[in-house]
Amino acid sequence: MANNQHAAPAPIGGSLVNVVTLSCGVLIALLVAILAVRFLFGLGAVTGLNDGYPWGIWIVVDVVIGSAFACGGFSVAMLVYIFNKGEYHPLVRPALLASLFGYTLAGAGVIFDLGRWWNVWNMFWPGSINLNSVMFEVAVCISLYIVVMWIEFSPTFLEQMGKHDTKKKLNKAMFFIIALGTVLPMMHQSSLGTLLVVMGVQIHPLWQTPMLPLLYLLTAITMGYAVVLFESCLASSAYRRRIEMNMLTPMAKVMLGFLVVYLVVRIGDVLVRGALPKAFVPSVEALMFWLEMACFIAPLILIGAETNRRNPARLFLAGVLLMLGGALLRLNGFLIGYETNIDGAGGFTYFPTLAETLVTAGMFAIEVLGYIIITRRFPVLPREDVQAAH
Amino acid sequence: MSTRRDFLKGVLASGAAATACVTAAPAFARETKQRPPEALGLLYDATLCVGCKACVAACKEANNNPPEFSTVDHLWDTPLDTSGYTFNIIKMYRNGTMDVKDQETNGYAFMKTSCMHCGDPSCVSACPVSAMTKDPVTGVVGYNPDKCIGCRYCVAACPFGIPKYQYDSPTGRIGKCELCRHRYKDGHYSACAEVCPTGATLYGKTSDLLLEAKRRIALKPGERAKFPRGKLGGPDQSYETPAGKYLQHVYGEKEYGGTQVLKLSGVSFEKVGMPNLPPDAAAAMSETIQHNLYGNLIMPFAVLGAMTYVARRNVKPDDESSDKGEG
Repeated sequence: MANNQHAAPAPIGGSLVNVVTLSCGVLIALLVAILAVRFLFGLGAVTGLNDGYPWGIWIVVDVVIGSAFACGGFSVAMLVYIFNKGEYHPLVRPALLASLFGYTLAGAGVIFDLGRWWNVWNMFWPGSINLNSVMFEVAVCISLYIVVMWIEFSPTFLEQMGKHDTKKKLNKAMFFIIALGTVLPMMHQSSLGTLLVVMGVQIHPLWQTPMLPLLYLLTAITMGYAVVLFESCLASSAYRRRIEMNMLTPMAKVMLGFLVVYLVVRIGDVLVRGALPKAFVPSVEALMFWLEMACFIAPLILIGAETNRRNPARLFLAGVLLMLGGALLRLNGFLIGYETNIDGAGGFTYFPTLAETLVTAGMFAIEVLGYIIITRRFPVLPREDVQAAH
Repeated sequence: MSTRRDFLKGVLASGAAATACVTAAPAFARETKQRPPEALGLLYDATLCVGCKACVAACKEANNNPPEFSTVDHLWDTPLDTSGYTFNIIKMYRNGTMDVKDQETNGYAFMKTSCMHCGDPSCVSACPVSAMTKDPVTGVVGYNPDKCIGCRYCVAACPFGIPKYQYDSPTGRIGKCELCRHRYKDGHYSACAEVCPTGATLYGKTSDLLLEAKRRIALKPGERAKFPRGKLGGPDQSYETPAGKYLQHVYGEKEYGGTQVLKLSGVSFEKVGMPNLPPDAAAAMSETIQHNLYGNLIMPFAVLGAMTYVARRNVKPDDESSDKGEG
């Protein structure tokens, strides 16, 4: 039996007004102002986008990377419910909460970037949908997954609102919601990689391969665990709680397992396609490739040994590196390694504008603020022992 | 302890799902699509082009596009590249002393940039809402702004850098050549070909244009030959002139499985901005992956079934009030 002897989740309590929440508020206000300009005057008024780089950080960072960062809920739920590792159960709610915000914002963020957003209903209209389009698959799966995650997380709200009957009824069907909650991210996280395939020769050979769906799925999983390491350490330090090393240490091992599989596939693919020589041509692409690889390989050295996995600082650093590695894989594929019509016009450059960057920062601020409000007011994090609380 | 056994079951289920993915892979391979038999297109012959840009102006007028300025005085429409408001442009290649036309070193050459109307277009495959479509008969790649959500995946996908977006507008559209399909009902055809004084841009059925292109590259340089103008198979507007020095390559015959716009040049195509593309379209690979993974939703449902089975066994109500209702 998976044991359920963990401390039940409980609200942390405490004030909602502090330096962090106020800074988040300022960033969110800026986001609203910039978006007003964007919707009144067009994408060109606030972004650095152009026809050589039609996708900027709102897509690549907020959606492609942001949704992968939000895979903590998926990775942990898979560990607990599919691999039946009940001992990780206390990690589920906080991870799911972060995922919920990550995905909901990624979904909302897409709207800011859509040039003709009022037509977005076509994405779900049978007369319009294009089953051949990878984007269609991504959009539908992400939308569904956002709904599924809110249902998965709803017991937290139901508990706080005292609606125990509803919660009980929901719990009966929860196994199916959880199953959906593992399949949907597998589908769209892999497809986020497949998005690049149709761009063909415009993507640098180091990042263009039919293996993209597998590479993106595996890294989404490792990033999911990495984010949980990151968040657990951060939440423990910010809320002055004990670090849940008894769970994080073995979970890190699972993460390394996925990482090794990823590295075998990634390196094997680069070798088989004969793309490796491109990594030795002095270029920005080659530099970024090695930086990306270093982020994936360093955690093996940092926490490869069991004793090192008991060190919170090393776990935290390994988590950050794996998040960075996965982010670089995506940034490199979508922006650094992308060039429109290589032999043609050229001359296109893209660098995010300040306004564009502030919107991305504002999105993260919403996430942080939401996480703080909900963990302080709703039962998400496991209840601490009395002596630890004060 | 059934934990370990359940854990193994989980591993087995996901292993089975993964194997299903891998073994199912070769089940479906979407071949690169060919041009439809009645496909319409253009033949651009760089050796005949004099760079007058009448086609650029005619295109603007036919598509109701505003002028774009690149000079300080803002007197004339002077776009430097195709854009959301410029669907066709003549670019110039220059090298060294620019003495001889259509010569790579110390020469110059012209090249038309506009939609190639691919046989297997990346933009059509990419578009999630079927705003970008390929006509099954004419093969013209058309755009429908009433469906378009402005995601610009088509802009990113096109290897020729053709669909372009209007970033300066809150209701920006995608702009691209649609081969003047809106003018057919009035008996007109592509404006660029209609106005071309030298027949450098020729309109017609792609199959006919391909034969014409092959006839031209078989000519001896300097040999006098007849060159049609306007519409191939239309009223005879041909004239006689010495043949240019062609590369033995009809661009668009094989690239990405073949495009409906074909090009001839004296200077290597890569030098004049035409990408070196493989004979297989990227859309074919993309759709092969997409349909192997999600075709008829077989695999997602198989994985979902396995996951539901395992989750049903493992999910326990996470109520602290000890609920013994085990699945």
